[in-house]
Amino acid sequence: MTLLNGLLPPYIESIAITVGIYIIMALGLNLITGVTGQLSLGHAAYMSIGAYASAVVSLQLGMPFIFALLAGGIAAGFFGLIIGYPTLRLTGDYLAIATLGFGEIVKSLLFNMPIVGGAMGLAGIPFKSTLTVTLIVVIIVIWMMVRVERSRFGRALLAIREDDIAAECYGINTSLYKVKMFVLGTFIAGIGGALWAHKIMVLQPRDFGFMKSIEILNMVVLGGLGSIPGTVLGAIVLTSIPEVLRFSSDYRMLLYGALLVIMMRFRPNGLLGGVDVTKLVKKSIKSITGSNFADKEKKKVKGGN
Amino acid sequence: MDFTSNFIVQLINGIALGSTYALIALGYTMVYGIIMLINFAHGEIYMVGAFVGLALVTIFKVHIIIAFLGAMLFCMLMAVSIEIIAYRPLRRSKRLAALISAIGISIILSNLVNLLVGPKPQTFPSIEKILFEIKSFDLIAGAQINTLQILLIIVSAILMIGLQYIVKRTKVGKAMRATSQDYDTAALMGINVNRIISYTFAIGSALAGAGGVLVGIYFGVVKYNMGMLPGMKAFTAAVLGGIGSIPGAMFGGIILGVIEMMTVAIGFSSYRDAIAFGILILVLLIKPTGLFGKQIFKKV
Repeated sequence: MTLLNGLLPPYIESIAITVGIYIIMALGLNLITGVTGQLSLGHAAYMSIGAYASAVVSLQLGMPFIFALLAGGIAAGFFGLIIGYPTLRLTGDYLAIATLGFGEIVKSLLFNMPIVGGAMGLAGIPFKSTLTVTLIVVIIVIWMMVRVERSRFGRALLAIREDDIAAECYGINTSLYKVKMFVLGTFIAGIGGALWAHKIMVLQPRDFGFMKSIEILNMVVLGGLGSIPGTVLGAIVLTSIPEVLRFSSDYRMLLYGALLVIMMRFRPNGLLGGVDVTKLVKKSIKSITGSNFADKEKKKVKGGN
Repeated sequence: MDFTSNFIVQLINGIALGSTYALIALGYTMVYGIIMLINFAHGEIYMVGAFVGLALVTIFKVHIIIAFLGAMLFCMLMAVSIEIIAYRPLRRSKRLAALISAIGISIILSNLVNLLVGPKPQTFPSIEKILFEIKSFDLIAGAQINTLQILLIIVSAILMIGLQYIVKRTKVGKAMRATSQDYDTAALMGINVNRIISYTFAIGSALAGAGGVLVGIYFGVVKYNMGMLPGMKAFTAAVLGGIGSIPGAMFGGIILGVIEMMTVAIGFSSYRDAIAFGILILVLLIKPTGLFGKQIFKKV
């Protein structure tokens, strides 16, 4: 299990773990917003629920890390059901405003709850999210997302995004699928939150504000709504760039807002949206090995005649 | 203070607060009615209106009434340019794109004000120095109402009556109603739909700007992040009244304001924000069309 730990310098390793956690968060949101086209603005709130739930399981019950992870996911998924059920049954964009409100409520409740430390935060969480663990979870989540995308369920979600009325006509129970999808997305956010809690070791309600949700949304939008490689790329870029550039967080937020507007205006599918990455990789491998080259040469000769 | 007088005091506070929610909710409901977009930047427009009013009063030293009108005008122009830059190019693309663009605009506005003014709350000059002295009048059972509350309620009422006049009696209002009923047919009937959408944004945002200045006068402080929570509550008010319905937004705002102040009165003041949100979820569960909303059938 400790294969990778300590291989990299501690600072780089810490960033790598953060990147991994953000990949998980962004993939959860990609399922909701990218694949199904439902805007959620409270992803950080689900992350915080997962983080606090797993921290409580670790601290109060002293259970192994795997149970803490699952507890975080299940707690977040449960609240996903509570918010998703009333809002996703309706057409329109109620989910966006409901999740926005939910995020604020969760933050203010965490501030006022003495059992999780209130505004002081919850400290003393053991460090469990090593690079190896994070990497394993990232791989599992990516695998899950790929499986979902290629399943009947995933195709139904894509159909809902493209046209929910047409999807309904084809016999897809749109509200049931949307609620299922939202619970899965928030479950993944909870897992990400649980990893985060066991990496950062101190939880404070103010770390999970609206701007955190926007940061995660930006990763999905930049990489490409609905594209798994795009989302992974977006998470890597937007997590590591602030580490390198280190400019003021005020300007960063301004930039994030501008990024959303500009991306929607000029490239609404993101950097990798609509690009089939597996095909691209196969093509480039072919061109390197040269088998494609010979074909082209033949065609050239034919064209010449 | 006994129960009845406390009740009446909180009722008046609630109506005063609720009329500001109603002013913001009108912008949400008008824009939603016409292009089916939750204009997330609307709460920030309200915030910018408060800051423009503050700047006009303190830096440019103009009269409060001129500052009030100036803030309304500024919000109008800002909203129309936002619509042209960020929403119009996306009108034929997916709804999600416009929604994300609106979120982006909202973040830009609040952070721009944060960078320009700073995160500290700014005090609005007291109304006593610039317009009139605050007097209190006795009502029944020892409850009181002051001139500031009367001003807030009357100005909101005048603005809402003005809006009703524009929508029901003028040609622009007729065109707005036509566009909200059927976008394409309205265009076929010779209505310049783009211009009507601009008018809708302009009127809705002028009301939000007015609401911002009124809240600045009423509470005495303005802050860069003051837009988000009232914006969300105003949206709740619009949903409560039935989104797309103008009288619905007015009643929804006032009902929400009263409920919020009643929650404070019975001792749950730390949950006042949670209440609005709970109402939103309840309305969506029980009656998603709201109090005044009509059942909308999906068109294929």
